[in-house]
Amino acid sequence: MDALKRLSGFLWIALGAIAIYLMAAQAATEIAAAIKNNKAVLDTKMFWYIIIPIFTPIMLGLCLFGWYAWKGEYDRIEN
Amino acid sequence: MTDSTTQVMADAQENQAPQTKGLMKVIMASSVGTLIEWYDFYIYGAMATTIAKQFFPQDNPTAAFLAALATFAAGFVVRPFGALVFGRIGDLIGRKYTFLLTLLLMGGSTFAIGLVPGYATIGMWAPVLILALRFVQGLALGGEYGGAATYVAEHSPSGRRGYFTSFIQTTATLGFFLSLGVILTTRQTLGVEAFNDWGWRIPFIVSIFLIAVSVYIRMRMAESPLFAKIKKEGKVSNNPLKESFAKKGNLKMVLLALFAAVMGQGVVWYTGQFYAQTFIERTLSVEFEQVRYLLCIAILAATPFFLVFGAWSDKIGRKTIMLGGMLLAILTYRPIYKAMYSLGDPKAKTEVAERSALASAVAVNATGDSTITTTTIKGFSDGSSMKTVKKETILADKSKPAPKAETTKTFWLSASGFWMMVFFVFIQIVYVTMVYGPIAAFLVELFPTRIRYTSMSLPYHIGNGIFGGLTPFIATRLFDASKTTENPSGDPYVGLWYPILIASVCFIIGLLYLPSKRDENVLD
Repeated sequence: MDALKRLSGFLWIALGAIAIYLMAAQAATEIAAAIKNNKAVLDTKMFWYIIIPIFTPIMLGLCLFGWYAWKGEYDRIEN
Repeated sequence: MTDSTTQVMADAQENQAPQTKGLMKVIMASSVGTLIEWYDFYIYGAMATTIAKQFFPQDNPTAAFLAALATFAAGFVVRPFGALVFGRIGDLIGRKYTFLLTLLLMGGSTFAIGLVPGYATIGMWAPVLILALRFVQGLALGGEYGGAATYVAEHSPSGRRGYFTSFIQTTATLGFFLSLGVILTTRQTLGVEAFNDWGWRIPFIVSIFLIAVSVYIRMRMAESPLFAKIKKEGKVSNNPLKESFAKKGNLKMVLLALFAAVMGQGVVWYTGQFYAQTFIERTLSVEFEQVRYLLCIAILAATPFFLVFGAWSDKIGRKTIMLGGMLLAILTYRPIYKAMYSLGDPKAKTEVAERSALASAVAVNATGDSTITTTTIKGFSDGSSMKTVKKETILADKSKPAPKAETTKTFWLSASGFWMMVFFVFIQIVYVTMVYGPIAAFLVELFPTRIRYTSMSLPYHIGNGIFGGLTPFIATRLFDASKTTENPSGDPYVGLWYPILIASVCFIIGLLYLPSKRDENVLD
């Protein structure tokens, strides 16, 4: 079980990093499309300007969680 | 465990019977205040559409609605900051005075929202003031919950902490229920027009009286015995923020609480209580009062389950129940929402010609512009009905571009459809009770007394305020984005992927990393 906990630490690091990348890419695509089509530019920008600054530090926290898991910090947590 | 701690535990066991009676007073005094804070916070969300018309430019209804939701989200996003500010104060000077302060801030800002003039009167100042007051509400709520949960848990005997803290857990749902009840009563008393015009302010203004009662009750409460003990012994933390988040031993528990429990709990909670409302009201266009009645009934029927699951978690552990609720939500959200959709989908129903009607009226104003209003009523064989009102304006000045026609739809569920909808919302709120009922005890048991207020408040408010609070905002956004020229009505279930994904990640992390112990010592 401890080995599985440690190994899956990589998964949480990767998940955090991928989530940040996908958010940034999606934001860039949607804002560019909104500007190009001149449609809902304010709504699109507002949505991403709220989402990115909020979720980026949280996803970095997920990476840190993964790092701790990989280092065995959560082995036998009952103790 | 130190000798003095052992002695406190022994004393607690010995005096358990008389303590239980006194404890109910503590719980009631704490819960009333927390319930009123939730009421204050939720009346805004429950009237998002009405408020949008009052405070935001109305050229684009979706923009107005999103703006209101953003304000709603702003209330949620600042909650973690409130957790840090007031958590720190609570760990430095005590629980009692901190959650008195949060109560006053919440009451004052809610009352003030009820007094802010609309956009038509003071222009851009209106949304700016609303946003600022909403921020104060978020800060206050961020400080309230951790204090109340910690306060009750630190009074509770071991072995029954899940049960006693579950009373605090009912307050969020009951606060929402109270907000819906006050809104419905005000709307019915004043009539729809007066309510939309000015009557919506009453639920905000009423708050000041509720807060006054609650402050009076809380003033008479004593400090938490565990905090009083460490204060007497000089063991209070000098820097709770540093101790909570700069020390690896505690930070790793904060991260565990967030990603293994509260993140999933937050999305399950806000899907069951808030996205369900958004879905029924906006996607299915069900009539305003029907939506609120069905939510009230479902909430009232499901609320006792908070106590059931809180008490059960004392016996079988917090982890099993919380993760069980998450798993059920992940597996059943899509079938539940498909069933809900079929109840309000006119395309799936048979129209009855005798119950259907079409009427048209033309009004010409002083400038010669004419407005054609076409009202279509369709009655269906199952007893449900739908009214569509289309307003087209034809300008006298043909050189100007014609304004876009406005169409509003209102759907009335049949009697059986109404009760089926109640049942589907009830099921979702039972999931809420599973994930939320035991979580106060779970969080309290994870952190030591000297930094408990700060440490448990932050993950709680990130999980609930951000992951949970943004659920209707993100889900609505996904739904709107799914509308294309090929499929103009969009995918009604696409918004569910957000809570399903977050709850799934949380479930896996919780399954792997959460300990299964059922009754942790909170006496340090």
